[in-house]
Amino acid sequence: MSAPARPGAEQWEQWGVDPAWSRTIDVPSHDGGVHRWHLLERRPDGPIGAVVCVHGNPTWSYLWLRLLERLGDRWHVIALDQLGMGYSDRLGRRRYAERVRDLADAIDALDLDQRVVVVGHDWGGAVVQGWAVDHPDRLAGLVLCNTGIAVPAGRRAPGLIRLAAAGPMTDLVGRRTRVFVDGTLALSTRRIPASVRPPLRAPYGRAADRAAIRDFVDDVPFDDTHPSAAAVADVAARLSQVTAPALLVWGAADPVFDDSFALDLATRLPHADQHRLARAGHLSPLETEVADVAGVIDTWLADRIAGGAQDAVSAGGAVAEASAARPPVWAALAARAADDAVAFVDGATGDTHSFRTLHERVTGIARGLVERGLRPGDRVAMLIPPGVDLLAAVYGVWRAGGVTVVADRGLGLRGLGAAVRGARVQWVIGPREALAAARTMRWAPGATRLAVGSRRTMGAIATLDEVAASTAPMPPEPAPDDQAAVLYTSGATGPAKGVRYLHHQFAAQRDALAASYGITADDRLVAAFAPFALYGPALGIASTIPDVDVTKPGTLTADALGRAAAAIDATIVFASPAALANVVRTSAGADPRLGGVRLVLSAGAPVPVATLRAVAGLVPTAEPHTPYGMTECLPVADVSLAAIDAAGTGRGVCVGPPVVGAQVLVAPLGFDAATPVVAVPPGTTGEVLVRAPWVSEGYDRHWATERDARPLDAVGRTWHRSGDVGHVDASGVLWIEGRSVHVVHTDRGPVTPVPVEVATEYVPGVGRAAAVGVGPAGCQVLVVVIEVASGDDGLAPAPLAESVRTAVRTEVAHPVAAVLQVGSLPVDIRHNTKIDRTLVARWASDVLAGGRGRRPW
Amino acid sequence: MLITGGTSLLARTTALALRDRGDDVVLLQRGDAGLDLAQVRADVRDAEAVREAMRGCDAVVHAAAKVGIVGTREDFRSVNVDGTANVVAAARQLGVGRVVHVSTPSVSHAGHSLVGAAADPAVTGRRGAHYAESKAVAERLALGAASDALPLVAVRPHLVWGPGDTQLVGRIVERARAGRLALVGGGAALIDTTYLDNAASALVAALDAALPGAACIGRAYVIANGEPRPIRELIEGILHAAGVAVVPREVPLRVAVGVGGIVEQVWGRLKPEEEPPLTRFLAEQLGTAHWFDPRPARADLGWHPTVTIDEGLQRLAEWFRANGL
Repeated sequence: MSAPARPGAEQWEQWGVDPAWSRTIDVPSHDGGVHRWHLLERRPDGPIGAVVCVHGNPTWSYLWLRLLERLGDRWHVIALDQLGMGYSDRLGRRRYAERVRDLADAIDALDLDQRVVVVGHDWGGAVVQGWAVDHPDRLAGLVLCNTGIAVPAGRRAPGLIRLAAAGPMTDLVGRRTRVFVDGTLALSTRRIPASVRPPLRAPYGRAADRAAIRDFVDDVPFDDTHPSAAAVADVAARLSQVTAPALLVWGAADPVFDDSFALDLATRLPHADQHRLARAGHLSPLETEVADVAGVIDTWLADRIAGGAQDAVSAGGAVAEASAARPPVWAALAARAADDAVAFVDGATGDTHSFRTLHERVTGIARGLVERGLRPGDRVAMLIPPGVDLLAAVYGVWRAGGVTVVADRGLGLRGLGAAVRGARVQWVIGPREALAAARTMRWAPGATRLAVGSRRTMGAIATLDEVAASTAPMPPEPAPDDQAAVLYTSGATGPAKGVRYLHHQFAAQRDALAASYGITADDRLVAAFAPFALYGPALGIASTIPDVDVTKPGTLTADALGRAAAAIDATIVFASPAALANVVRTSAGADPRLGGVRLVLSAGAPVPVATLRAVAGLVPTAEPHTPYGMTECLPVADVSLAAIDAAGTGRGVCVGPPVVGAQVLVAPLGFDAATPVVAVPPGTTGEVLVRAPWVSEGYDRHWATERDARPLDAVGRTWHRSGDVGHVDASGVLWIEGRSVHVVHTDRGPVTPVPVEVATEYVPGVGRAAAVGVGPAGCQVLVVVIEVASGDDGLAPAPLAESVRTAVRTEVAHPVAAVLQVGSLPVDIRHNTKIDRTLVARWASDVLAGGRGRRPW
Repeated sequence: MLITGGTSLLARTTALALRDRGDDVVLLQRGDAGLDLAQVRADVRDAEAVREAMRGCDAVVHAAAKVGIVGTREDFRSVNVDGTANVVAAARQLGVGRVVHVSTPSVSHAGHSLVGAAADPAVTGRRGAHYAESKAVAERLALGAASDALPLVAVRPHLVWGPGDTQLVGRIVERARAGRLALVGGGAALIDTTYLDNAASALVAALDAALPGAACIGRAYVIANGEPRPIRELIEGILHAAGVAVVPREVPLRVAVGVGGIVEQVWGRLKPEEEPPLTRFLAEQLGTAHWFDPRPARADLGWHPTVTIDEGLQRLAEWFRANGL
């Protein structure tokens, strides 16, 4: 029977499709007949290559609209309607093996003279995989998007499909009613613009046009006796033979083809690049509200198929050469294995652990993990609160060859869950509450659980104590190039991204810290920012975590800090700026318990000079320092209070010169990451790039992010984009002027926020300040939002506004359009100090457009 | 060169600026311009008179218009549309080298908030807003006639104010003195305005830029100081300059728009000769953001404002003092 009538030109245009893209082609079939296929095609003059896109069930070639728009002026893009679907011929039932041959027929009929990149979504992905394994010589590249080839181990088939495929339901759901079509659209509610719904439904209006939808559902092999089971299994088995470049671009919020399908495919295609879109769902290619699948594919094709400036990321994405031989991070602890001196004191309980006992526990855990099945490279979610259990478990997992997945609790429960899910861990270690959360919220279905505490709860196979009691042989040491950890950033600009570290990078970081701060075995560390306690064993020094709620670092009291320092006779204190500020607030003057402290480090966010000065008053023997860095690279630079004072005022915040071993390059604002980066002259504001042996390896499953974050210079060296803007002054000192995404793009050029904020914060009556842009980029106006002790949110009173305008005009030479005041500015939950300027800008835009001005924080 | 609408402050300021740089200026308006310049006293609706006044001119600034909201649809149409048609026809017939059509940002926008907006094409077919509708039709007519043979550019000055201005400054001060000034929605909406001398220099710049083949021919440009400010600060600045110590009351935006709609309907019947105190359009103008992308005018007309808002307010204060107002 015939296909539904193709839309007219006006209809196509209403759907955003150039009517000239739509055409049909009569394809001689392997079944002896000739079938008419409908396709959407863009064919530029002199295309780079051919890209054939295959939709799944129950969509049609319209699914690839954004890809056609994005690629079609450079690539020959063909989006096919599978037989029985869209506007192609309606035929009888076609099972999987036939569909693979149908695709081969169509590609042959298209008479493409080059090799072909195939792109597949949903069950179209299974079909292109079938074509790919059958045509290795014609395959240029394989892009798979929310699809699968086999039900992953430990997972049941997608529930929705299973339900739809349940006997008599199939016909009712798939053909007789539009339930399957509407249900699929519902999976992407709010992620797809409303305008794409009518065209997606259009070819499936009549029951007769929906027969193939039913047949597709019916063709999913749920057991080995299914007529298509053997064919699908054959393709799955041969997938590892694919050598052409492959990309898995995935909407992680897809309840059907979820993360576990991506993991399954990644195992079968180990060379594949991966890009996970945390907010995108099943119809990810059309979910422009939350993800840019077309953009990722475009960049990937340019790099991997057209052969761009790439290879930086894949081949040694690591910023910096492979390390000189450095001892591994557990070496210092091992060296003190027979030392009964105090290695760790738990500030909350007062429990004390010697180097000997800590080392025994670490090696015990390493042995016990391997004994219970941990394989090298297995990922382990560390859901353990800061304390000796976390310390021992992290070093134990590392020594065993596992990869620790660490997301500090400052991310909040949702952030933590997203991180664990995104990292796809095989193991979860945590106390009862953490295991319960992981289980009820399905953070890591199928992972092996270990309980911290006295009982095996929540399905744990063992307690950590039982693991540590192992007497199994010591496993071999992981290599310096093996992965050590995935750390999660605070995600101020979107979902948290995992940062991958290798063992040699951690070792280099340890050496950089030791060298920068002259740390020796005689030092003892108070880590008021709890994750920093992990450096203690690596540096071979004693450490302690003070008694403070780890989710609220800003509640650290002077007394808690004093007690912690006394417990280990501390020489070094590491604390966040918020914690130090509270210590200053709650302090009754110089504390003799801090008398042995020689160094106070504060980092994680811009540290107010006033706080450092107050700290210097409390700890007269110590020199306050603030290292500058980020999750991907710490430290980059360092500055002491004395050096800040000596530098005086300047444009931005002085963070000092780069530490030994690190390099800084300031690139032009808005530079093109695809071309070699060149430094701007000293004094010029630009984006800060860094290079050091301890820069992280890359971003976990964020191929496009990683590529964008790691540009090359003219001599082929890889740099890491910090995301900060600033400048290097004539004496080589780095000044930070804000985040690159927060730069205000005015009609007179870019304005960086920090210098404006610094100038504003000198105005009496002003607490913190945020400088934001309002309006379209390129003609934004500068707006200053100040924190005041009293008064309604909204316009600042005229005299105060005038003082701020004058201060900014004097210091930054830029006009301020408006000065707004609020009771409090939004800060990140992790450090309680970084102002969320994006949120502030949204509020200011609303107020200044005449909106109601309700604060979203 | 000919300048129509010689009784308006902007036309007069522009005329004087052109004279001061040595251009020969002829004004056309119904009344006496009262300036030391050649003038033709005629109605812009009189095609013959317009053509005769233009004879011998190599440039025209068409600023004559009926403004405000008092009057019938036909009053607005005949002055603004027919008047423009007469100017364009005469310029084409006489081969006048350059034409600047003075328009208004309200031809393309009504009501909603404008944030760094572009000079979108004029929208016609709006009912009720006689001024905006007639100016929109006029601008489309003018731009439609533009060609290399008739180099014409449309300029849309936004909220012009300065010494001697009775439209904006005069009304704000008058209402404040009568205790009738209210700020809509807290007064935070960002509004860009144009200081008088800047608006005049923009018309001069447009005149100089309107050469055959130039990028600006047949296009419209919004003119403003490029200094958006919260409307409360602007009004307070003007009141301060006028020496009026009044704190305006605040009216929520929705209330103002609702009241404005009712006032519009009732006022027309009670006092058809007077401007109503509040209209829906005014309420929306005062309660939502109105500012524009300054780059097109800079790039294509080569124009930069020279008087900042703060300087303008100082000059305004001096003017109020000098005139004992």
